[in-house]
Amino acid sequence: MKPTLWQRLDTWARRLLPAGLCLAFVLLSVVPVPVPGYAAVVPMLVLAAVFFWAVHHPRLLPPAVVFAVGLVLDILSGAPMGQGAVVLLAAYGVAASQRRFFHEKSFAQVWAGFVIVALLASILAWALALVAGGPLLPPRAAVFQYLLTVAVYPLVTWVLHGVQRLVPAEA
Amino acid sequence: MPLRGGGQRLALASFLLAGLALMVVDRAEGPFFERIRTSVADLAAPVLEVLVQPVSAVNAAVAQVRALIDLYGENAHLREEVSRLRAWHGAALRLDAENRAFRALLDYRGPERQAFVTTRVIADGRGPFVKSVLVNVGERDSVAKGQAAVTGRGLVGRISEAGDRSARILMVTDLNSRIPVLVEETRTRAILAGDNSERPLLVFLPETAGVRPGQRIVTSGDGGTLPAGLPIGVVDTVRRDAIRVRPLVDASRLEYVQIIRYDAARPPPAGEGKGTPR
Repeated sequence: MKPTLWQRLDTWARRLLPAGLCLAFVLLSVVPVPVPGYAAVVPMLVLAAVFFWAVHHPRLLPPAVVFAVGLVLDILSGAPMGQGAVVLLAAYGVAASQRRFFHEKSFAQVWAGFVIVALLASILAWALALVAGGPLLPPRAAVFQYLLTVAVYPLVTWVLHGVQRLVPAEA
Repeated sequence: MPLRGGGQRLALASFLLAGLALMVVDRAEGPFFERIRTSVADLAAPVLEVLVQPVSAVNAAVAQVRALIDLYGENAHLREEVSRLRAWHGAALRLDAENRAFRALLDYRGPERQAFVTTRVIADGRGPFVKSVLVNVGERDSVAKGQAAVTGRGLVGRISEAGDRSARILMVTDLNSRIPVLVEETRTRAILAGDNSERPLLVFLPETAGVRPGQRIVTSGDGGTLPAGLPIGVVDTVRRDAIRVRPLVDASRLEYVQIIRYDAARPPPAGEGKGTPR
């Protein structure tokens, strides 16, 4: 039986969910929140989402999409173009290559994996900023940002687990 | 399956390289990339405008509750401030009249008219590595690169990129911000250079300048892109290797800013103002 137009549209909408949510996280992380010091340490929601998809369903979020999401993040946050894209792709690559290791592991173990990947990503972001910007930046804000990102991962996982059930499995 | 995995790996590697290449090219600041950046910002602007609404609603509610809590203290504080400002008001009126009389005597024509447009901060790029914000006005509101962004307290930064309906403000604290300034009291010229910390540095000033903490720093108007005399901050610490300035604007509470369209305030052509004492 051929799927109707509505069914096809529905499938497409579901397939776009992972990418759409990543974009939503990008927008959320640049919304100005008037709390002193918050902006410097806003958690890297997108990094958590990219890690989640890379570990659980890399096919739903291909590298091209990760690249595009990273560019949008760079543009909206005013970072040097390419910086966020490189960081996200590197994290994606590391996470996806260790998929077999994460397979069937408990949530705590995956979280521990994220702790390491996010640390590598933070160091990479810091090093890239150093290369792009020049002088050595104080790493304090980056450290706090890293800790917040790790802390927010369970929440991101919870949201994305719900979303994952809506996405067609064989996409 | 292995083939597909290999393809993915190849795609990943090539996109990584593309990202790195982009970072190198982006440093060259080509107009092509600026177009891309401003177009994406333009596209995101309407969405961000909507997202900002609940944030400002919560913010307003918090402010209201806080205002109710220290109504009494606030009132006493305001009374005191009013009596202090009343004295200044008198002084200002007197000086204004005096100034007008002098200007009439000298036939002085300075840059006076300033048009501005008020705008909302819709995205906050104040991460560990950049200090800039996005606002929802652009070229269609005649906002252009180089214009000053201010609040009631003082200079926030200047426009570094202008799209059609969005523009980016580079804060005075950003690593790339350089603003010609002068020490208001001594009229010593210097450059205010951001370094991504909360307190930008005062550089290129004579060793004998004698800068002291508490002195006000204002724009000098040199270079012609910013109006002269906009307050920026006060000198915070003076050390031999670094003089740091505390900005007057609290960047973490930025909601609305005004963009000054300085084109409308261009000083008279050279020659006309000759002989005008400075």
